[in-house]
Amino acid sequence: MSDCGDSDAGWIFYKDRPDWNDIKPVPEDDGITPVVVIAHSEKFEDVYDYFRAILQKDEKSQRALELTKDAVELNSANYTVWQYRRELLKELGTDLRSELDYVESVIKISPKNYQVWHHRRVLVEWLQDPSQELDLTAEALLHDPKNYHAWQHRQWAIKSFRLYDKEIEFVDSLLSDDVRNNSAWNQRYFVHNNHTGWSDMNVQREICYTLEKIKFVKNNESAWNYLRGILLHDKRGINGNGVVTAFCEELYKNRCRSPFLLAFIIDVCEEAIKKNETNGFHNVERAKELCTALATKYDKIREKYWMYLRDRFEMYVCVNGENSQ
Amino acid sequence: MTSVLRLFRDIASESYNDEGYASNTSLEQIDVEAIVCNIYRRFEHKAAIDPSLPKLIRKAHCNVLKDWLMHLPGNYSCLDASRPWLIYWILHSLWLLKKLPDAETLSKVVNFLKQCQHKDGGYGGGPMQHSHLGTTYAAVNALSIIGTDEAYDSIDRSSLQTFLWTLRDVDGSFALHNGGEQDIRGAYCAASVAKITNIYTEALFDKTAEWVISCQTYEGGFAGCPGMEAHGGYAFCGLACLALLDRTQLCDIDALLRWSVNRQMRLEGGFQGRTNKLVDGCYSFWQGGIFPIISAILAKDNKELIETVLFNQGALQEYIIVCCQSPEGGLIDKPGKPRDIYHTCYTLSGLSVAQHGTGTGESLVIGASETELNRVHPLHNIAPHMVYNAVHYFIRHPPPVKDDN
Ligand SMILES: [Zn+2]
Repeated sequence: MSDCGDSDAGWIFYKDRPDWNDIKPVPEDDGITPVVVIAHSEKFEDVYDYFRAILQKDEKSQRALELTKDAVELNSANYTVWQYRRELLKELGTDLRSELDYVESVIKISPKNYQVWHHRRVLVEWLQDPSQELDLTAEALLHDPKNYHAWQHRQWAIKSFRLYDKEIEFVDSLLSDDVRNNSAWNQRYFVHNNHTGWSDMNVQREICYTLEKIKFVKNNESAWNYLRGILLHDKRGINGNGVVTAFCEELYKNRCRSPFLLAFIIDVCEEAIKKNETNGFHNVERAKELCTALATKYDKIREKYWMYLRDRFEMYVCVNGENSQ
Repeated sequence: MTSVLRLFRDIASESYNDEGYASNTSLEQIDVEAIVCNIYRRFEHKAAIDPSLPKLIRKAHCNVLKDWLMHLPGNYSCLDASRPWLIYWILHSLWLLKKLPDAETLSKVVNFLKQCQHKDGGYGGGPMQHSHLGTTYAAVNALSIIGTDEAYDSIDRSSLQTFLWTLRDVDGSFALHNGGEQDIRGAYCAASVAKITNIYTEALFDKTAEWVISCQTYEGGFAGCPGMEAHGGYAFCGLACLALLDRTQLCDIDALLRWSVNRQMRLEGGFQGRTNKLVDGCYSFWQGGIFPIISAILAKDNKELIETVLFNQGALQEYIIVCCQSPEGGLIDKPGKPRDIYHTCYTLSGLSVAQHGTGTGESLVIGASETELNRVHPLHNIAPHMVYNAVHYFIRHPPPVKDDN
């Protein structure tokens, strides 16, 4: 929980401000039997007493706009305050450029808050100007490369305003900083899925890219998941791409026992069985062996899951009368 | 059924191998593992001389929860727009611990929630706040836990239905509040509330399942909105929403299962929320709660599966009981983090799922038998009978105005 800080010297309570003496503060009405009563600071109570008064009267004024700033500072997750602030901005015809700067400063303080990012999005929609969004989100991702809110805002801006041009470079730089950053892998998928498309050439290029990354960190689930994701778009399927299957068998032969490699080979086996394309490497027996190895040695925490998959392969034999080598 | 604790030696053997390429992800993971490993090592020593271990410090949790229900310290100001959530988290935690407050206290809660109900339908984060789908979900769940006629009758279901209609978009998705953001939480909260209060109509959820399934990602989990990264909280919302709408056949269950099982951490035993992120107690429920739903779906083809959940129930319980209890009461994300109400609720909810699985087989309890918690309904995360009682009350008492859209 962030500190809802309110310790500034020289602060004047709203109740002591002459320009607010026409307003009767509205205390929070918890009814006759209050529960979950929060011990707010005196400043918090004061600001929100006046916020409720303004809200009740539906006053649309400059001083109300200033008041919402104080209310946001005390609790930036108060969606009612943000919503009212947006109504004020519209009504007062406030300069939205300065509002962009303001919300940017709040985002810097509370980067993991639904309301601030939503406010930003509405402003960009109103202005129809996404020119700062890539920089803003890049900055937030510099501090926290997996910040979900920042990624979501970035995707929205890119998709709405077709800002795909340099996104793969951005993803590349994040992946070279941290090849295990799953959010960056997801963004890579997002760009191809919405922009580049899944032409055969592109699929093969992405496969090569991913295999290169797996070569130096084999235990990286993000890369393996991405590989499986792009193979969904390979017409030959997960078992039909010779480059991928050869790569996996080479790793296996070189004693790599990353659970993600073994799991991947199991998926290859499964698809080969379903398509009646089993061979010496990819068949029911191999799949069952790998499940057992994972359950008992390489991935014990998931023992139940691997035994469940093993049983399922057992059933393939019964159902299809499959002959495995 | 009894289960054996993992040996420290076996836990330690699962430690992270960065293959000589350190990055932020691996460095943070290695740090957390070192802290957790240390706790497991000390725990094994203590447990060797104290047969009552591991144990849930029920009393401490109940005491702090009962305090929180009445008064909260100033650092909760940040949750001033989430007060029905605080109530739901506290009441649900107390129910899990088999210590619901007395009728008088519960009646006070009903009064307070009335203050949060908006004249245009739904519940806000506090008195005089706009309605929000999250706090509406929390209020309806809390009132279902209370389960009295007074509680049920306090919900204005006609205006609630109107409120849901105002949040619905033509594509079937739901915004969290008027003028607010829209994501998969909206769809889940709307479906949960509509089902419990019997204001559900086909028209209100037309295309919602299709929108939800567009959030299933290439990894197999669900994201908050189409294109984003699979995430535990959103995956629970997505699958539970599809189940409430009876549309799980749209979901690629094998992919979801693969993604979900892989979220359990090999050393820590708890769950992470996303691929290559850190363990966190609250995902005990968001990820753990997915498994009974998956079992119910898989059991349509293979009846035996209704008795099992496909994650390691023992290891999750170890993580929660050994690593996630604050000695002063309340539960936490991970060692070193401060306790809070949200983590108390979802870590305990996850512990319950780990103990009871699908609820049809035998329970599996790590530690003394008094560690056993009450069971939850995997779709609403309140007691199964509380869901039943509320639904049937609302069927017997239809709202004054029926939706005719
Ligand atoms: Zn958490």
